[in-house]
Amino acid sequence: MTTLLEMHGISKAFAGVKALSDVNFTVRQGEIHALVGENGAGKSTLMKVLSGVYPSGSYDGSIVYDGEERHFRDINESEALGIIIIHQELALIPLLSIAENIFIAGPPSRFGVIDRDAVYKRSQQLLAKVGLNEAPDTLVTNIGIGKQQLVEIAKALSKQVRLLILDEPTASLNESDSAALLDLLLEFRSQGMSAILISHKLNEVARVADRITVLRDGRTVDTMDCEAGAVEEDRIIRKMVDRDLEHRFPKREPNIGEPVLKVENWSVYHPLHAGRQVIKNVDFHVRRGEIVGIAGLMGAGRTEFAMSLFGRSWGRKITGRAMLHGHKVDLSTVSRAIDAGLAYVTEDRKQFGLLLADDVRKNITLANLGSVATGRVIDDIKELRVASDYRNRMRIRCSDVYQTSGNLSGGNQQKVVLSKWLFTDPKILILDEPTRGIDIGAKYEIYCIINELADAGKAVIVISSEMPELLGICDRIYVMNEGAFVGEFDRAEATQEKIMRVIVRKGERLVDRSLERKLEEKLLGEVHP
Amino acid sequence: MSDKTVALPEARKHAGFLKANLREYGMLLSLFAIMLFFEFVTDGTLLRPLNLTNLVLQNSYIVIMALGMLLVIVTGHIDLSVGSVAGFTGAIAAVLMVRYDVHFIPASIACLALGALIGAAQGYWVAYFKIPSFIVTLAGMLVFKGLALAVLQGQSVGPFSPTFQKLSSGFIPELFPGAGALYPTSLLIGAMLALGLVYVSVKTRARRASHGVEVEPTGFFALKNATLFGVIIYFTYLIASHRGLPNVLVIMIALIALYGFVTARTTIGRQIYAVGGNEKAAKLSGIKTERLTFLTFVNMGVLAALAGLVFAARLNTATPKAGAGFELDVIAACFIGGASAYGGVGRVAGAVIGALIMGVMNNGMSILGIGIDYQQVIKGLVLLGAVCLDVYNQRR
Repeated sequence: MTTLLEMHGISKAFAGVKALSDVNFTVRQGEIHALVGENGAGKSTLMKVLSGVYPSGSYDGSIVYDGEERHFRDINESEALGIIIIHQELALIPLLSIAENIFIAGPPSRFGVIDRDAVYKRSQQLLAKVGLNEAPDTLVTNIGIGKQQLVEIAKALSKQVRLLILDEPTASLNESDSAALLDLLLEFRSQGMSAILISHKLNEVARVADRITVLRDGRTVDTMDCEAGAVEEDRIIRKMVDRDLEHRFPKREPNIGEPVLKVENWSVYHPLHAGRQVIKNVDFHVRRGEIVGIAGLMGAGRTEFAMSLFGRSWGRKITGRAMLHGHKVDLSTVSRAIDAGLAYVTEDRKQFGLLLADDVRKNITLANLGSVATGRVIDDIKELRVASDYRNRMRIRCSDVYQTSGNLSGGNQQKVVLSKWLFTDPKILILDEPTRGIDIGAKYEIYCIINELADAGKAVIVISSEMPELLGICDRIYVMNEGAFVGEFDRAEATQEKIMRVIVRKGERLVDRSLERKLEEKLLGEVHP
Repeated sequence: MSDKTVALPEARKHAGFLKANLREYGMLLSLFAIMLFFEFVTDGTLLRPLNLTNLVLQNSYIVIMALGMLLVIVTGHIDLSVGSVAGFTGAIAAVLMVRYDVHFIPASIACLALGALIGAAQGYWVAYFKIPSFIVTLAGMLVFKGLALAVLQGQSVGPFSPTFQKLSSGFIPELFPGAGALYPTSLLIGAMLALGLVYVSVKTRARRASHGVEVEPTGFFALKNATLFGVIIYFTYLIASHRGLPNVLVIMIALIALYGFVTARTTIGRQIYAVGGNEKAAKLSGIKTERLTFLTFVNMGVLAALAGLVFAARLNTATPKAGAGFELDVIAACFIGGASAYGGVGRVAGAVIGALIMGVMNNGMSILGIGIDYQQVIKGLVLLGAVCLDVYNQRR
């Protein structure tokens, strides 16, 4: 087999943080090459380098494609040579038809006028190729997500694809749609097309891949050949997560008390798709002085769970019971949740956390303005004292508390958001991706703050996609997948392998539990009619 | 890097302080420059007591509405209907007072309540249904313009009772009549206002200094207060040498003080800025963003109604065309005054200065005999220039 693509010694850094270092990656003609790794391992970055999203010159290393060294300056140049990438979030325009979407970039035209007949006819041919039985003039919004995925592939085919890159193509598909998609990939392979498959679902990877490359922390760990025999999932998982956990996390002696917050049978529906249950009747609790982690992949429903709890800030038809110190508590609005002692530190501080144009002082007091006011009049001296106090305690590095928060570094912005919530004096803190986009040093400081909070008797919930982080700081870890908790580990028994295993081998327990619950409800209903 | 607990040495360097406040002083300076320019080219007509009084009367309703518009713009919205609403409430006032002989006090109260209702009706769609304010108030603009026409049956209705006219064209009563050419009561009020302002700023400074908080450099502070004092006294003197303080100026100053205080010092003011700065973050901080947006529109409706009354009283008649185009002057005043079209930024003082800049330009150009055609061209260019300058300054 000849080599189609050879990426050699690829390195790429963002503002000093290395996202990729010396990555080597090859794809042969007519093979499916799977790329696996944790969140943040560098898979997407590598694909963006390949497709020219990060233009030549912004990274080190060389790309040889089809026998020639290439320097793609943008995505059009890579597409012209048949490198097509399909992102996890589909790039289709909902209110245009399938045909219009397929030919969105360059519809067949005569003298600048779109040739509608040709568009229709060619769309039909392409849809037949991908096995989608829909009329080309159907609006994309009217077909399901699985079919939309096929439209994306038809779109790729319309561009004379030679190397198809699929980023988590089955993440939002059900079993049968996933199977159909993988079969399609195998069929294309037999016709000589190459593909790069990025996936967390190792069973799928094992089914279709010819080779598997594992990325970890921006480096190639290994490339495994599947032809020699099926590669064990465990072996892949170990390679994905293996890492030194010492010295990255401050030590702490946990002092755990009684349960503070208990959530039972919590269910949340998607705000736009009425029928989609995002959080599926979960139970959850956290104790005084305890740090509880919620692990899971992106899109597992962790943020949605946290936000639905915090004043119903996300989702619709929210049902379930929330108990604070054993009493039912009303968390139906954000201010009630704050009054009850909850605080939610968002994963996206720029969009949901900070008033970027305002200074540090105003941001810190925002959620508890009443405490720095007499009546409704703000006491500016008191406010300044509070802000300065948090600035010193949290070691926020800024010239003074009048500095615009948008000009601070990520770590310092995070400390401002944390300060804001600490100033509300919460009993329960939900920290959603508290160290995302923060350098190592600032991470350590955030961990220390989290430890101090737990030692002060607060219940801390940490949502993180970085598993080592959860293992390093949490006393107990829930594993969430597809809106349900599929595992729960104590500090002593939790390992990355175990967590990864319940995520990639999801399904069975999930079904069991929901059945169990239905049965239980039925029985209870019979006992107490 | 050091974790020493420092008392409160937040005092900024003097240069830094000036720089941070340059924007505000810059605006004030441009107003002065424009006034000086017109004073010069009109051979002193601009600041003649009669003209100055007229200037105040002509622009009072713009200033009043700019206060409400500023809040609307700060929350990240816009209200295009204010001119029509002002015209409509003026029409209702005329119908009530002239056709049905209702006393002016209940009639005025009814009009203000009507303004609140109109604001609530529009704010409801914007705040709770998330319909873009541009569309809702564009609809409102058409609706209330049409309703004003319908209520007046296409005719002008007037004149009003002399007491109601006093709202716009009256002056405060003179307590010491026959004291000469000047109106001593007005002078006294002006002097008290000037002294009061200086007293408050000295006290605030002392309080901050005693807590070790940043204060302006002493020389600068003294100069600023002396200038402020001098300017107020001078303008009071000018006004007092005509017929004294107009009633509407008293209302205006009271409203400016109230809105200035609410926006800068109260929790609700802070929360309004937070809604405009980042609505999602504000909501997640427990702020009732919808309700605040709703209330800013209610407030806008009340102020538009008040402006409508003032304008009707000034013309002494309600005409179907009253209020046409006011919204543009009001919105322009806010943007010239440094409000951001993206929300979250803007100050009451800025909006007032913006309105005065527009007013002085209108007045000065009219004195010069520049036609209404080129007046609009120049005003448009000033608006664009002011905002461009602002954006440029922020980028630096």
